[in-house]
Amino acid sequence: MKLKKMVKQAGALGVACSMALTALAAQADTIKVGVLHSLSGTMAISETTLKDTMLMLIEEQNKKGGLLGKKLEPVVVDPASNWPLFAERTRDLLEQHQVDAIFGCWTSVSRKAVLPVIEELNGILFYPVQYEGEESSRNVFYTGAAPNQQAIPAVDYLKDELEIERWVLAGTDYVYPRTTNRILEAYLKANGVADEDILINYTPFGHADWQNIVAEIKRFGSTGKKTAVVSTINGDANVPFYRELGNQGVSAEDIPVIAFSVGEEELSGIDTAPLVGHMAAWNYFMSEETPENAAFIKTWHDFIGDTERVTNDPMEAHYIGFNMWVKAVEAAGTTDSDKVIDALVGVEVPNLTGGVSKMLPNHHITKPVLIGEIQNDGQFLTVSSTDELVPGDAWSDYLEGSKNLEADWTAPINCGNYNTASKTCLGAQPE
Amino acid sequence: MNPPCRFTPRHTLHAVLLWLMCFSALPLHASAQSPAAPAEARTGAVPAAQPSFEQLVQQLPGGSLRDRTATINQLSNQRDERLADIFNALLAGELLADKDTPPTIAIRSGEQLTDALTGTALSDSTGLRRIPVNNNLRTQLRGQVAQLHLNHSDTDKRYAAVQRFIRDGVNADTAALLHAHQELEESDRVQGAITTALAVYRLQSADSGIRQAAINELSGSLEQEARNALRGIAANDADPELRAAAAEAIESIQGRIGFYRFVENLFFGLSLGSVLLLAAIGLAITFGVMGVINMAHGELIMIGAYTTWGVQVLFPNLIEWSLLIAIPAAFLITALVGIAIERGVIRFLYGRPLETLLATFGLSLVLQQAVRSLFSPLNRSVSSPEWISGTLTINPVLSITYTRLYILIFGLLVFFALMLVMKRTALGLKVRAVSQNRAMARAVGVRSSWVDALTFGLGSGIAGVAGVALSQLTNVGPNLGQAYIIDSFMVVVFGGVGNLWGTLVSAMSLGLINNFLEPYAGAMLAKVLVLIMLILFIQKKPKGLFPQKGRAAAD
Repeated sequence: MKLKKMVKQAGALGVACSMALTALAAQADTIKVGVLHSLSGTMAISETTLKDTMLMLIEEQNKKGGLLGKKLEPVVVDPASNWPLFAERTRDLLEQHQVDAIFGCWTSVSRKAVLPVIEELNGILFYPVQYEGEESSRNVFYTGAAPNQQAIPAVDYLKDELEIERWVLAGTDYVYPRTTNRILEAYLKANGVADEDILINYTPFGHADWQNIVAEIKRFGSTGKKTAVVSTINGDANVPFYRELGNQGVSAEDIPVIAFSVGEEELSGIDTAPLVGHMAAWNYFMSEETPENAAFIKTWHDFIGDTERVTNDPMEAHYIGFNMWVKAVEAAGTTDSDKVIDALVGVEVPNLTGGVSKMLPNHHITKPVLIGEIQNDGQFLTVSSTDELVPGDAWSDYLEGSKNLEADWTAPINCGNYNTASKTCLGAQPE
Repeated sequence: MNPPCRFTPRHTLHAVLLWLMCFSALPLHASAQSPAAPAEARTGAVPAAQPSFEQLVQQLPGGSLRDRTATINQLSNQRDERLADIFNALLAGELLADKDTPPTIAIRSGEQLTDALTGTALSDSTGLRRIPVNNNLRTQLRGQVAQLHLNHSDTDKRYAAVQRFIRDGVNADTAALLHAHQELEESDRVQGAITTALAVYRLQSADSGIRQAAINELSGSLEQEARNALRGIAANDADPELRAAAAEAIESIQGRIGFYRFVENLFFGLSLGSVLLLAAIGLAITFGVMGVINMAHGELIMIGAYTTWGVQVLFPNLIEWSLLIAIPAAFLITALVGIAIERGVIRFLYGRPLETLLATFGLSLVLQQAVRSLFSPLNRSVSSPEWISGTLTINPVLSITYTRLYILIFGLLVFFALMLVMKRTALGLKVRAVSQNRAMARAVGVRSSWVDALTFGLGSGIAGVAGVALSQLTNVGPNLGQAYIIDSFMVVVFGGVGNLWGTLVSAMSLGLINNFLEPYAGAMLAKVLVLIMLILFIQKKPKGLFPQKGRAAAD
C-alpha cells in the first residue's frame, strides 16, 4: 500500500515537473499558477500536503473547463525550507515562468523573504497559514487566520467557558509565537489578569526534553486557580511535549492545553491517547459535517489515493484562496495582476464549514473560529464556534504600536498601514 | 458566557456549583453529587414524568453537549448498577450508539460489543458511532466515577478516587463516606490521602480547636489541596494564632517540597544525560576511536527509529514486544548501513577530515531526503507499549515517568555492553590496536580495512539502538537526526575524544548542568550558556575531560 502511494506521489511530482518543463516552451494558451511550497528540508512535513492540495484544485478546475477558456497549468518549485531560496524561486516563477498567481509559503520568515520580490514584480501571493498579523501587502492575500481569528477567540473561550484564571503562554522561539504571545499578554492584562498569573515560556525549534517545563507548568497550576496552557509550540516539538504531559499525568481536565499549530495532520503522526481532551483553535476541522466538506474530503482522497489521509485548516485556506482567485479572474476577464488585485476585494466564496468567506479590503478574509477537543481517533470535536464569521484584522488592536493602524487596499486609502489617528499612510514599514 | 447547562435554573445552579467545586476547596454542601440531590432534582427539576434509566441512557447520543451534561446529571441521581459501566465506557470513548430511534447503546471492550442496557452481546458493529464527550463532561464523569471507584481493587484507582474527592471539595457526606472507608483501607498511600481529605474537611469546622488539630495533621502532608487549604487559613482565618500555625505548617511543607524538587531535578538531569549518552555513544566509537567526523550519525539514529516504526507496522499484534524486537533489528540494519557508508565513501577519505566532514554531511542530506521520498515527509506514529508508559508515583510531589527510567537504565546497559566489547573481545582489541598504531597493527597481521568497517558498523549499530530509545521520546521523522548531531559531538568532545568513560561522565554532567540551569535561564538561554561554558572549557583543556595519555595520544 505504501509503495502504491509512493509511486503515485512520484508520479504526481513527475507530472508537475514535466509540466514545469513544458512551460518553458512558452505556450500562451494556458494560465500558469505557481506553487511555492517546500518539498524538502524541515518544512516539507507540512508544506508537501499543500502542494498536493494545489495540484488537486487545479486539476478539478481544469475538469470544469479551466479558466477564461484556457487550461490552468501548475508550476511547482521547491524552495527547500531555505528562506532566501523562497525569494529566488519567487523571482523565477514571476520572471521566467510568468505565472499569474502564486500559492505558497508556510512560515512567516519565508513570507517575509518573498515580500520584497512579489511587491517589486507586482505578483499575487496567496498565503494559507495562520500568522501573527502586523502586516498587509497589496500583493499578498492572507487566507489563514489573523490573531483575532484564532488566538483571541481561543483565549475568550478559556476565560469565559472554562473559567481559566492562570495562563501559561508556551511557544517556540520565533516570530509567530513571540508576536502572538505579545498580543495575548496585552489582551489578558487588559482583561484584569495579574502579572503573576501569566507564565511565558519559549523553547528552541524541535525542543525534545520537556521534563522541566512540564514540571514547572504543573507547579504553576497547583495553586488552586484553574490553569490552562496556550500553546504556540511549532509542529515538531509538540509530540514530545504532549507525551511528557501524558507521562507526568497532566490530563486535559486538570490543565487543558489549547494549541494554534496542532491540526489533524500533526496528530496523524502521534499516538493520540494521552492528548484526548486537549484543544486546538482553527477555522476548519476535518470533522465538520457539511456537504462541501464531505465533497472536499472525497476529492482529496480520490486525488491522493489514500483514504487515511486527513485534511486540515491550511488546506481549506488554499481551497478558499484558489476559488477566490478563480472568481476574481473571471470577474476581471483577465489575469493582469492589477485588475485581479482590485477584483479580489469583495469576492465571496463558500468555505468548507457552511459559511461564505469574503475577501476584505485589508486582504484578509472572514472566517468562523472553531474550538475543538482532540478525540482518540485524531479528529476534533467542535466544542465552540462563533455564530458569525470573524473578519481578519491585520493590525492588532491590543498592541501599542498597531492599534491605530488599519489596512485598506481600496481607493481612496490604498494603504497597508493607514494610521487612523493621524490620517496618514506610513508607507513601507512602520516602527 | 453561557452557563455550562441551560435546562432549568436548578440545573444551572448545579452545574455552576460543580464547576466551583472542581476549582476550590471551599465547603459546598448543595452539590449535584451529594445524596440529597436526587430528591431535589425529582421534585424541582423534572416535575412531570421522571424519565426512566433506559430513556435517559437512550437520550445520551442525541442533542448537544449541553444536553448531554444535563442527561448525565439526571443519570447520576439514579442508583442503577449499570451506571458504573456506562460512565466508564463514556469516559473511555467506548460507548457507542447508532442512529435508530430509540438508539442501540453499546459498550465496547476490546473486540467485544455488549448492549449497555440489556447486557446481551452484539455482533453487528455497523452504524455504531462513538458518543463524543468533552472536558466538562469528563470532569463531571470522573467525579461520579470516583465515588464508584472507592472500593476498587486497584490501589491507584482508590488513590485517584480519594484525590478526586479532595479536589472536588469534601463535604459532610463525602467525609462520612471516607471515614467509613478508612477502616477498611489497607494501602498506606490511600490512608494518607484519606487522612488529608478528612483534615481538609475539618479545616472548615467552626471550632478553632478542631481547626488547630487539622492544621497539625496537615503540616506534614505533601498533597496539593492540603497546601491550598492551609494557605486559605493562613490568609483568612479569624484566629491569629491559627494563622501563624498555618503559615508555619506551610513553611515546613515547602522545605520538604524543596528537597523532593531537588531529587526530581537530579533525576531529570540524569535522564537528559542518558539521552545524550545514547545519542553520543556510537559517535564515541566512530569519531572518538576511529577519528572519522561522521555528520551522518544523526541519520543513523533516525534509521534506528524508523526500524522501530517498521517493526510495529510489520507486527501490529506485538506492540508490547516491539521495542525488544526492534533493538536487535535496528542494530543490524544501521550496522549494515554504516558498513556500506564506510566501504562506499569514508575509506577513500581517511586522513582527510575536512573532506570526510563534507562527504558525510552530504550523505546526511541524502539519507534525509531518501526517507522523505520513501516514507513521506510526515512523521510516523510509534506507539508506546503498556509497560513503558505511566508514572512511578513516590509521593504527591515526586513522580518519575517509566519511559525516562527505562531509558536511563537502557543507556547505562548499552554503555557497559560496549565497554565489554572494547575491553574483552578480540574485535575490541583489534579496534584499539588499529586506532593506536595502524602500521604496527597491520604488521602483526590485523586486517585493518576490515577492522575499520566493523568498527564503523559497531558505532552505527549503537546509533540505531539509540534511535529505538528515542522513538519513545520524540518525533520519528526525517529531521530526527539533526536534533541530536550537535549534542552528540558536544558530548564526545567534552568528554575527551577516544575515551568512553569520558563520554559517560560528560553526557551526565551536561544533562545535569542543562537541567539545573533551565528553570532559571529558560530552555533557550540554558543551551547557549552550556555552549559558552563548553567553549571556555575547551580553551583551557583542549582534549576534554579525560584526554588520552601516552603514546595513544600522539597524533
